[in-house]
Amino acid sequence: MSLVQISDSTPKPLETGRRYWRSLEELAGTPQFRRWVEREFPRGASELLSSSSRRTLLKLMAASFGLAGLVACRRPQEKILPLSKGVEHYIPGKPLYYATAMNLAGSVTGLVVEAHDGRPTKIEGNPRHPESLGACSAFAQASVLSLYDPDRSRVVLRQGRPSSWEEFARFAADHFRAEVLGRGSGLWLVAGSQPSPSYEAVRNHLLGRFPEARWVEFEPISREAMRRGAELAFDRRLETLYDFGKARLIVAFDADFLGVDSPGVRAIREFSRGRAVVSETDSMSRLYVAESRFSITGAMADHRFRIRSSEMANAVEALASALGLMPAHSGNFPWAAAVARDLAAHRGASLVLAGPGQPPEVHALVHLINEALGNFGHTVSFVAAERAPGEASFEELAAALASGRVQTLVVLDSNPVFAAPADFDFAANFSRAATTIHLGLEADETGSAATWHLPQAHYLESWGDLRTLDGTVSIQQPLIYPLYDGRTPAELLALLSGYKDQRAYDIVRNYWTARWPAQEAERRWRRALHDGLIEGTGAARLVPAVDRRRVLAAWRPRPAAGGIELVFYASPSVWDGRFANNGWLQEAPEPMTKLTWDNAALISPATAKKLGVTSGDVVLIEHEGRSAEAPVWILPGQTDDSIAVALGYGRTVCGRVGRRVGHNVYPLRTSRTAGFAVGVNVRPAGRRYRLVSAQDHHAMEGRPLVREATLRYWREHPDFAQHAVHVPELKSLYPEHQYTEGYQWGMAIDLNRCVGCNACILACQAENNIPIVGKREVARGREMHWLRVDRYFTGDEEAPEAVFQPVACMHCEKAPCENVCPVVATVHSPEGLNEMAYNRCVGTRYCSNNCPYKVRRFNFLDWHKGLEESQKLVFNPDVTVRMRGVMEKCTFCVQRIEEKRIQAKAEGRRPLRDGEILTACQQTCPAEAIVFGNINDPASRVALIKKQNRNYVMLEELNVRPRTSYLARIRNPNPELV
Amino acid sequence: MASIFSKSTDTYIRIGVLAAALGAGAAIALGFYLANPQVRETGYAPLQPVEYSHKLHAGDLGMDCRYCHSSVEQAAYAAIPATEVCMNCHVRVKGDSPLLQLVRESYATGQPIPWVKVHSLPDYVYFNHQAHVAAGVGCVSCHGRVDQMIVVKQVEPLSMAWCLDCHRNPAPKIRPADQVTNMAWQPDRDPVEIGRQIVESKGIAPPVNCSGCHR
Repeated sequence: MSLVQISDSTPKPLETGRRYWRSLEELAGTPQFRRWVEREFPRGASELLSSSSRRTLLKLMAASFGLAGLVACRRPQEKILPLSKGVEHYIPGKPLYYATAMNLAGSVTGLVVEAHDGRPTKIEGNPRHPESLGACSAFAQASVLSLYDPDRSRVVLRQGRPSSWEEFARFAADHFRAEVLGRGSGLWLVAGSQPSPSYEAVRNHLLGRFPEARWVEFEPISREAMRRGAELAFDRRLETLYDFGKARLIVAFDADFLGVDSPGVRAIREFSRGRAVVSETDSMSRLYVAESRFSITGAMADHRFRIRSSEMANAVEALASALGLMPAHSGNFPWAAAVARDLAAHRGASLVLAGPGQPPEVHALVHLINEALGNFGHTVSFVAAERAPGEASFEELAAALASGRVQTLVVLDSNPVFAAPADFDFAANFSRAATTIHLGLEADETGSAATWHLPQAHYLESWGDLRTLDGTVSIQQPLIYPLYDGRTPAELLALLSGYKDQRAYDIVRNYWTARWPAQEAERRWRRALHDGLIEGTGAARLVPAVDRRRVLAAWRPRPAAGGIELVFYASPSVWDGRFANNGWLQEAPEPMTKLTWDNAALISPATAKKLGVTSGDVVLIEHEGRSAEAPVWILPGQTDDSIAVALGYGRTVCGRVGRRVGHNVYPLRTSRTAGFAVGVNVRPAGRRYRLVSAQDHHAMEGRPLVREATLRYWREHPDFAQHAVHVPELKSLYPEHQYTEGYQWGMAIDLNRCVGCNACILACQAENNIPIVGKREVARGREMHWLRVDRYFTGDEEAPEAVFQPVACMHCEKAPCENVCPVVATVHSPEGLNEMAYNRCVGTRYCSNNCPYKVRRFNFLDWHKGLEESQKLVFNPDVTVRMRGVMEKCTFCVQRIEEKRIQAKAEGRRPLRDGEILTACQQTCPAEAIVFGNINDPASRVALIKKQNRNYVMLEELNVRPRTSYLARIRNPNPELV
Repeated sequence: MASIFSKSTDTYIRIGVLAAALGAGAAIALGFYLANPQVRETGYAPLQPVEYSHKLHAGDLGMDCRYCHSSVEQAAYAAIPATEVCMNCHVRVKGDSPLLQLVRESYATGQPIPWVKVHSLPDYVYFNHQAHVAAGVGCVSCHGRVDQMIVVKQVEPLSMAWCLDCHRNPAPKIRPADQVTNMAWQPDRDPVEIGRQIVESKGIAPPVNCSGCHR
């Protein structure tokens, strides 16, 4: 028998002629990168001792020997504490599920939350909810951790000293009277966006009692530019709604609609459905993206144009003129004519959109384009956006504050001291108001500066209602009694205004039941709680006409500004800073850079060369006399002379997780430069800063791990995915497992649908009790995520394309890990799972060294040491919390398999249905990219998918026969532009 | 020069080494003996905060196990009942007994009764009552004749080897569904044969792989 050489360390190009790389280091083949490839555990990662010295270890060992001797005599006495009185529906040990909803800066997602013994542990999307459709985002997944955050504020603070709600109620009764506040001319309220009918009723009651009080909505990342654009185009305040599912052609201008520019998940679901293809004869949608920052939307694009945000208006203008809507354009946008022709061929089924960072005129022009393309009523529709009575802008508040006209300032669920535009000097003027009252989840920058800080109830502790942009209302029901005596914003306003109902439950329930016929009220209320949304809500969709003259009259030609621009964007980890203390989100690698625990000034390789900086160099960014520092990260594909920095980092008054993590760039962001600033001055600060990116971690040899082709190539070579590598005839020395009956689990991941949004990573973390390790440990390659999303670049270093590939344990049929375990801790199950018995593992790490996919994770330290009691409540009781010295990895959510199996047995030993078992990553995936099921059943979804011609497995030539396969990605470029 | 060690030193050293070896051996043997679940776990019968007698309730009065342990057919745990369940009867029966003081207090105040757990498995074991009851494993198989116990005692080792004995050969412990809670089931024909028939007809195949119990 001759040995076939199958390991070849030189990257082989695909038949399609592409080479894929994870980082510039890999492209250049630096020794640093080779080390990540060659060593399963990087140098230093194997040092078991991290912070504790040898001396402490000896002490600990002595102590544990002593304890071991003691406990061996008699096991500790455990108590069982049953309830005194039974609770309806509650069976100890059985999870209960409740529908609720989450609000993130006005974007509402309906959720179904799993509660174990009264504590919420896992969040899923609500399939009935129009903004969820069963999926949920990384933010929603991680929000359960924030609930148990021990750094949340726990007591009422008055001038920073502990006080009580009773004392505040006495103060409020005394202060919020007509004799003190008059008609409320000195009363200002500033609140985060919370679209909630019952809350608005309480607010209007308060504004009715104090008619001269002013209401300000403040969100650092808002859709205000879009609303103002609609105002310009239609002379009405409207919210724009998109239907990505109906759009066969999408043109996005600086709009990261799959990422942070629409923090919900509906956009991803609809978009990915438009990308779904089964056979090469299917058609798929086409996406053009013009953007400055390389976003995940840009990674999904069929054509990506690198254009600075400040020149985006010119690009939109060029498209409008190519469509004949404006006079001929002289700008250098060679693609505009071809895109215009493509759009014209897809009338009524195309969609043009601009990002919220673009100015209102651009949005107005985009409306004009969509109207001309016949998209109104098909892919674009509108609903009325109401203003609060007495609503003022944040700018007016800032001016009133500066001139001393604000006597009482109430801040609800917002952190303007940290995030206010820098030109308003908000932080400095905040204390000029005689009385400041802050309601928030944490005593943050605003809370610590306020006269009164009041703890807010987390949304999982709150009764309320929330309205999506399209008007659907969900009832928010609490999963747990407030842990820290928090109250909801509606309750605070009710307290301040003497509203008829004081408790959140009464406020929301009475608001709705008053609107229903009395005899139906109870039934409809229960129905709304059960379904997670109220029947019959939903605003009328409007299709107004664009006032073309107004739009064109407002248009100013914009000469291309020189210099470097600075683009601000919401962080996919901490959003505007509110999730800074959430360790799950902080540690989730940013989708494009794979940076963890940091933000950075993202620049292109060419700009880096021009500025003479490299990744990790700190630069000083100056604009209009303001300055901030940030470390540079070179991101291939970033537009030249454009720097993108994520907002929300560098919090100073924050819990122990998020304090001083990253760099704060709010000091550079003014009211006029909310999206981007032009002509910034950048120079090296002469310092280095350690940025930790996981992009090279768990790197595999440069074989064709990701496979893709254009739609045309696929049609010419239907089986291209299977022939990317030469696979010799393979025989195994090990006996074949027999799977004649029963189940055999498998998974398929569609790379054509995955948008790299990270929701799966967070879902896995929540479901499987995956610990947080911190920045220093991530740098050592010790991150514990069972599921990682590899991001590969391909093509030109300056303007590459990108592909995402989620990678978890493949559950190989001939698993190399199983053969090398000396203690049989990792074994094959009769259903093909590669199982991990933690209590057998002795931590040799041979399995990990032998895993070609690098999906095994080792507990180098006890990551759960020092957890506070509240943090232990988040654990999923169905999954073991692993200790130090133990190997772990993806289990295909075996606890979910077993749960359903036991249920099926109890229901008369029926067979498990296809789709009954969902892995955590699959359940939350907004793109529906992950399918799991029984591959023994030829009719199961996963078996059918695995028969598609795009199906391939990674490293097939190793003959380990992984159970997770991938569907090759297909791009659909415009033949005219190729 | 006089030698430092006397001639007998050698003997002492030899005896010492031998004694140490024997002592170490004995210690190890003792350790193994004590670590054996059969020795360490069985016979555990802690005192409960309320002198509840299973013999009286389940034995003499003939109450079904599921009257109190009502979740056994629906959940992993055969939960200890809420105080309310005790009070269903004890508002009328022995309503002023001093032995029931804690029960009445718990019912009045809402504070739980701190029962002491008798049958305890390690945290990495995911035992499920529902699955076993549905298959037809009698309560008595693991818990013994609880109906004869005044103070509940653990009678089986609940060790992995003990679990696997049955998982590998379930028939002897399987009985008809309506006999699961019958502590004194005495069929008129061979119970193993009955078990074998049920195993076959229901298709019972208990897991013997790791993730069947460890997740």
